[in-house]
Amino acid sequence: MAEEEEEKMAAAGGGCCLRPFSCEQGLLSRPDGSAAFLQGDTSVLAGLYGPAEVKGSKELPDRAALEVLLRPKVGLPGVVERSREQLLRQTCEAVLLGALHPRTAVTLVLQVLSDAGSLLSCCLNAACMGLLDAGLPLSSLFCGVTCALDPNGAIVLDPTTRQEQEARAVLTFAIDSTERKVLTATTKGSCSVEEMQQCLVAAQRAADTIFQFYRDSVRRKYSKS
Amino acid sequence: MATAFKTVEPLEYYRRFLKENCRPDGRELGSITTADGSALVKLGNTTVICGIKAELAAPAVDSANKGYIVPNVELPSLCSTRFRSGPPGEEAQAASQFIADVIENSQMIAKEDLCIANGKLAWVLYCDIICLDYDGNILDASAFALLAALKNVQLPSVTINEETGLSEVNLKQKNPLIIRKHPVATSFAIFDDTLLIVDPTAEEEDLATGTVTIVTDDEDRLCSVHKPGGSPLTGAKLQDCITRAITRHKEVKKLIDKVIKSIKPK
Repeated sequence: MAEEEEEKMAAAGGGCCLRPFSCEQGLLSRPDGSAAFLQGDTSVLAGLYGPAEVKGSKELPDRAALEVLLRPKVGLPGVVERSREQLLRQTCEAVLLGALHPRTAVTLVLQVLSDAGSLLSCCLNAACMGLLDAGLPLSSLFCGVTCALDPNGAIVLDPTTRQEQEARAVLTFAIDSTERKVLTATTKGSCSVEEMQQCLVAAQRAADTIFQFYRDSVRRKYSKS
Repeated sequence: MATAFKTVEPLEYYRRFLKENCRPDGRELGSITTADGSALVKLGNTTVICGIKAELAAPAVDSANKGYIVPNVELPSLCSTRFRSGPPGEEAQAASQFIADVIENSQMIAKEDLCIANGKLAWVLYCDIICLDYDGNILDASAFALLAALKNVQLPSVTINEETGLSEVNLKQKNPLIIRKHPVATSFAIFDDTLLIVDPTAEEEDLATGTVTIVTDDEDRLCSVHKPGGSPLTGAKLQDCITRAITRHKEVKKLIDKVIKSIKPK
C-alpha cells in the first residue's frame, strides 16, 4: 500500500513530495471508530468514542461536546500536549456537525506511536480518518500538512525530525476538502509573509494528494468486506 | 428592549450592529484600543499584568552558554466566571504555550545574553503574566504585557570572583536587557465565516466562529500564525489579517516606546 502511494507521488510531485503514507481504519474493536495513520516513520493511533452519554458538567444543550486527548509516546501529557489538544479539538469542532447530536459526548483519543517529524499533521490526519471511521456527520474532511523552510528558503513538505531541526521555520496547516481553505495554521520559527503564502500554496497542492489517498483508503476498506 | 433582544438573540443582535459598521460597545469596525501602562496592559476591559523575576541558576549542560526564560500565563478565578480555581485549565496552558512559542520564534531575547559565566551561571527570567480582568483577546494582551515588562527589566551586574569562585552581585550598577525583536500579537475573531473583527471582546469571541492570531516583528516578518480551527479562511483573507497586523504592530510599538520614554527619567 505504502509503495503504491510512493510511486504515485513521485510521478505527481517533482521536487517537493510527501513521505509515503498509509492508513488502517477500524483496527480497534472497542472504540466506535479508530484509525492508525503513518507518515514515513511517524505514526499516530486514533480511537473515537461517541456520540455517547455525557459525564458531569460537560453537557452542551445545543451540540455534542467534543473532547480530544493526546497521549505522548512516553510520559504524561504536558503543556505542549494540552495546547495541541485545544488546536485539534477546535479543528474537529469546525467540521463536526455536532448540532445533530446535542447533549452527547464525543471523545477522540490520539496515541502517538512514534515521532519522526510532522507529528501534528499526522495527528490531524489520524483524527480525520478516525472521525470518518466512526461515521460521524461531518461538513467536510480535513488533512494536515507540515511544511519546513530550509536555510536556503526551499520548501520541504512533510519534514523529518532532522529537517525540522535544521529548518528556519516549520508551518503546519489543516486544509479542508471542500474549498481547500485553511482550517488551522500554526508556525514555529519566523518567516516572511511571501514565504508563508508559498508554503500555504504548497500545502494546498499536497492536500489534493492526501484527499485522494483518503478516498482510495476508504474505497479499499469497503471493497474488501 | 435592547437588552431583552440581546438576551434572546445574541447573534442577531451582533449582526444588526455589524451591518451598520459598528460594534455594540461603540467602536467602529477595525478600530483598535491601545495599551496603557508599563507592564500593566489594558485592552478595553481586558487587564493583564506581567511581572518578571530574575534568578541565578546554572545553565543546562547541553546549552552551557544560554540562560532561561520561563513564561507562565495565569487565568485566576478572579478574572472571569468562566475559570475555576485550582490547577491551570486548558486555556491558561494553551496561552502559556503560545507565549513560550512567541519568545522562541521571534528570538526577542538572545538566550546567550542571559549567560553570565559559560557553563556556570546564567539568569533565569520568570515571566508571570496574570489576567486581572478577562474580556477576551488574552493572547494579544499577554504578549504586549510581556514585551512591555521585558523592556522595563534592569538586571544588576554580576561578576565571578576569580579567587573564591563565588558570584558577586553589584546592585548599584544595573543594565537593561537587550531586546532584539519586538513581537506584537494581533487577534481577529471570524464572524459568520466572513467578517474579521480585530481585538475581540469575550462576548465576541464566544459568538465568533473562529479566531486567528498573527504575531509580527519589527521587520514585518511573521513570528506566529496561530489559527486553532474554526471557520476556514482563504489565503487572501489570511493575507488581509497579516496586513492589518502589520499596521497594528506599528501603533503598539509607538505606544510602548512612548511609555518607556516617559518612565525613563527616574
